[in-house]
Amino acid sequence: MKISESWLREWVNPTISTTELAEQLTMAGLEVDSVESAAPAFSKVVVAEVVDVTPHPDADKLRVCQVNTGAEENLQIVCGASNVRAGLHVAAAVVGARLPGDFKIKKSKLRGVQSLGMLCGASELGLEESSDGLLELPDNAPIGADIREYMNLDDQIIEVDLTPNRGDCLSIAGIAREVAVLNSIEQLPQSFSQVTDETDTQFPLTIEAEQDCPKYLGRIIEGINVDATTPDWLQQRLQKSGLRPISPVVDVTNYVMLELGQPMHAFDLAKLDQGIIVRRAQDKEKLTLLDEKEIELSTDDVVIADQSKVLALAGIMGGLESAVTDSSTDIFLECAYFQPTSIAGKARNFGMQTDSSYRFERGVDPQQLDRAMQRASELLLDICGGKAGPIQQVIAEQHLPQTNAIVLRHQQLERILGISLEADMVEDILTRLGMSVSQHAQGWQVTAPSFRFDIAIEADLIEEVGRIYGYNQLPTKAFVGAMHMPTVSEFEQDQHDLHQRLFDRGYQEVITYSFVDPDAQRVLDPDAEAIALANPISADMSVMRTQLWTGLVQTVDYNIKRQQEQLKLFEYGLKYIRQDDDIKQINVLSGAICGSQQQQQWGEPSRQVDFYDLKADVEAILAMTAMQDQFQFIVDRHPALHPGQCARIDKDGEAVGWIGMVHPQVLNKLGIKANIFVFELAWEALATVKLPSYKALSKYPSIRRDLAIVVDEQVVSQQIIDVIRDEIGEILVDLRIFDIYRGKGVDSGRKSVALGLILQESSRTLTDQDVEDTTAKVVLKLEKELGATLRD
Amino acid sequence: MIDLESLLKEARQKIAAVADLQALDDVRVAYLGKKGSLTELLKQLGSLSAEERPKAGQAINAAKKELQGEIEQAKDKLQSSIMEAQLQQESIDVSLPGRGQPGGGAHPVSRTLRRIERMFRYMGFSIAHGPEIEDDYHNFEALNIPAHHPARAMHDTFYFDPHTLLRTHTSPVQIRVMENNEPPLKVIAPGRVYRCDSDVTHTPMFHQIEGLLVDEDVSFADLKGIIVEFLKLFFEKELAVRFRPSYFPFTEPSAEVDMECVICGGDGCRVCSHTGWLEVLGCGMVHPRVFEMANVDTERFSGYAFGMGVERLAMLRYGVNDLRLFFENDLRFLQQFR
Repeated sequence: MKISESWLREWVNPTISTTELAEQLTMAGLEVDSVESAAPAFSKVVVAEVVDVTPHPDADKLRVCQVNTGAEENLQIVCGASNVRAGLHVAAAVVGARLPGDFKIKKSKLRGVQSLGMLCGASELGLEESSDGLLELPDNAPIGADIREYMNLDDQIIEVDLTPNRGDCLSIAGIAREVAVLNSIEQLPQSFSQVTDETDTQFPLTIEAEQDCPKYLGRIIEGINVDATTPDWLQQRLQKSGLRPISPVVDVTNYVMLELGQPMHAFDLAKLDQGIIVRRAQDKEKLTLLDEKEIELSTDDVVIADQSKVLALAGIMGGLESAVTDSSTDIFLECAYFQPTSIAGKARNFGMQTDSSYRFERGVDPQQLDRAMQRASELLLDICGGKAGPIQQVIAEQHLPQTNAIVLRHQQLERILGISLEADMVEDILTRLGMSVSQHAQGWQVTAPSFRFDIAIEADLIEEVGRIYGYNQLPTKAFVGAMHMPTVSEFEQDQHDLHQRLFDRGYQEVITYSFVDPDAQRVLDPDAEAIALANPISADMSVMRTQLWTGLVQTVDYNIKRQQEQLKLFEYGLKYIRQDDDIKQINVLSGAICGSQQQQQWGEPSRQVDFYDLKADVEAILAMTAMQDQFQFIVDRHPALHPGQCARIDKDGEAVGWIGMVHPQVLNKLGIKANIFVFELAWEALATVKLPSYKALSKYPSIRRDLAIVVDEQVVSQQIIDVIRDEIGEILVDLRIFDIYRGKGVDSGRKSVALGLILQESSRTLTDQDVEDTTAKVVLKLEKELGATLRD
Repeated sequence: MIDLESLLKEARQKIAAVADLQALDDVRVAYLGKKGSLTELLKQLGSLSAEERPKAGQAINAAKKELQGEIEQAKDKLQSSIMEAQLQQESIDVSLPGRGQPGGGAHPVSRTLRRIERMFRYMGFSIAHGPEIEDDYHNFEALNIPAHHPARAMHDTFYFDPHTLLRTHTSPVQIRVMENNEPPLKVIAPGRVYRCDSDVTHTPMFHQIEGLLVDEDVSFADLKGIIVEFLKLFFEKELAVRFRPSYFPFTEPSAEVDMECVICGGDGCRVCSHTGWLEVLGCGMVHPRVFEMANVDTERFSGYAFGMGVERLAMLRYGVNDLRLFFENDLRFLQQFR
């Protein structure tokens, strides 16, 4: 909310500077966002009248004007604005003036004609971003007056960002009340005068929705002057608060809203049919609002209607049909109290927020309707004349907010604020805030004023006392707490340790958005049903990720396009899966590698990463569970992965992840020209760690035997390993595959696998015979199970 | 006898001429070996008279010893020049880069989170997590933000359906912790949060870390203490900190915390909008209604909660001036935090 400092100071005038005032408001919880001058610095610009306009002899678009600036002689000023005309009151910068942007006005000649100044547009004075033509001043603007004084431009505009609980401060009066409290001073009296009824014209009022609208005031004003204009001072105040002057009637209702915080509305009496009815809308009833938008109402909406139609959306916006126009002579003024809960969210439902809805949602003081009605009447009659009828009102007392007495316990105040405050001080603070305070056995009994909708419980009062006393004056206590020895479990995986292993292996952690492009995700995970956002920020961020590869692959691509040659990325986070009616949010660790295995290096041949590079990294992660034997890489297919370079990762027979090369077709569809290898592991499979358990070391030497066997291509190494392990049992302490060979000497469709068997017995030295026997058994078994033959 | 001198002279010449260890050994054998010249001379001592014998023997032995010494010396010299040559040959360019993998690193947000987690862990806080797809109850209702509360407008919520949403803050974790545990409670909850807002200073996803402490007789003074201490230690700097009254429906009293601008030291700069202050976190005493909904006895327990934006802290700590960099994942950016 923007307020004019000079206006505020008419209401309360502490002897502090603007800066101090802003600081004070901020530190009281009414955060000042900015303090800006009403206009940038400029000098020697005066109110002037254009007396005479003649064409420029040598330029079509220029005019030569004689201008009365209040000096003895008229000034000749050349002007190019299209709206210049004799009789117009304007802002004239005279010789010696300085305009914003350090622009100096000097005597000059324009196409040979002398010009002794400049007639200004609003933008040249820094009042508007851009403007068309001259700033037109009213005819009664005093000639010769300094424009800064005349337009009250030496004012400061204070923008206050109010929290939703402080609806009571959404007005000059509200801020003034707060400033008075903070400075322990009185507000200045306001000389509002009462408008006496001159007619007894009334209009029937019916409140059907008593709960939504427990108080409604109306007044008829007849015979207003349609030619009246809003006075400058009022227009200026509206403009400084960010409102555009529209017409005297609308301006006055807006002014009262800014001044007192009470939104008001004026109807054209001629357009109303027999009486006002405040009621809930009927389902699908239609209304065209002031902004010409047509809305469809529901029974949740409160409306102002007459006998035949809906007139306005209560507390939010008036309707177009019943609006006051330039030709309206008789008006019906409305000043109502709508229940915050009846208004809250309604404007948003229609995709709007108005100054009125903003205030009603937060709570408007039901006790000041009469004052607001009086004030509006007074201003309106001053400006437009007319005759006022009596103020009519309908009140449903039982639905008005009740101000209950709240007990504030002295001890609780101390317990929460951590300081023992003197009773006198507490009472003083509460009283200054407009609360009525009486003694209570444990402290005080407090009743909040009707405008403080936010005060309902003891904690609210404690906050108020703390706030006015000053948060920064409250004590600060060093942290103390009982010491407990923490659980440092070895059975739980430390996520950071696991990440550290990936860092050590060259991986960079990334964080990608949890919502992704549905098209990209469908390419990578066609079978999953992604959970879609109802209101995404954009189409390419509209569904929740069902795996992390979409973000990772896009990140790889992003970096390839920025000349990165070596990419090893991982991300840890949730994936979101819809399972029947349930949403599963599963933590996974995912990675992607692409490009060179290492940075180009003088001492190593450079090569591209492959499946086995990634597999080594995955194995290194699995090893951190100390249960790597329980994980298996199973040949399987995944729609996103290359059918020949893809494995499902199982833990004890249950799928916990995937590893593979991204399918070339998938990459094509995503427009990526690089081989990318990815993995995913469910965090749950990694989260538990097996405790190390010591096994005695053998004192006897180990013996190695190498075998080269030839098997069909279809036989995978895991099968060979399984057969050998199974056959030899405990004395096989290590098994290495150290060569795979295809080609000369090996039939096509077959491959030679070179194996190193390391055997050791824990209780004795193995003899050559033992080893020979074992090897023979193994060869026989491999032949039988896998059709293996010994390579010659 | 006479030729002992010339023999020695001859031997010395040969020693000086040898090029390798083998040649040197040949010289040794030729003079000191079983059949070497000097050995032969010793063998001939018998032919001398008894008077001449001791003197001659002495002279031969002395010559032998001298020659032995000289051969040893020559051997040392040869060996060291061989070593020298070998070392010379094995010299490498030590300025060439090392082989192998450069290490990776954590994302700056994770790095910041981890550091904050460690700070609070040492103080006895445990880490709690909650779902990111939340229900309306935990994200709003239980935090004293009923439907249509104006505070909801500040949240720009992403919805899936009217009851399911992406959490807009980490505060629902407070509720879940209170629902499942009895006080005293000391937890922090880090994680992703979401708001439907995207511009230069907002990303639709960001991170928060939330703190909750519930115990007997916890006051605003305790809250101020922990916040001031945290900021000082996080930035490793003595910093002015101020508490401003604010409003969060789930705390009361509520405060926004400003700290002295770490960029300009409070003099005013672009980062702090020339105020000298930076708004860094929100906090307050847990609202009695929140406690009531979570079945915590407000007469026995009180507590405080605080929440802060992790990206904001990381930006200030590392001088990052564009929030969006965190989620572009440009390696040139990320690698600066290794």
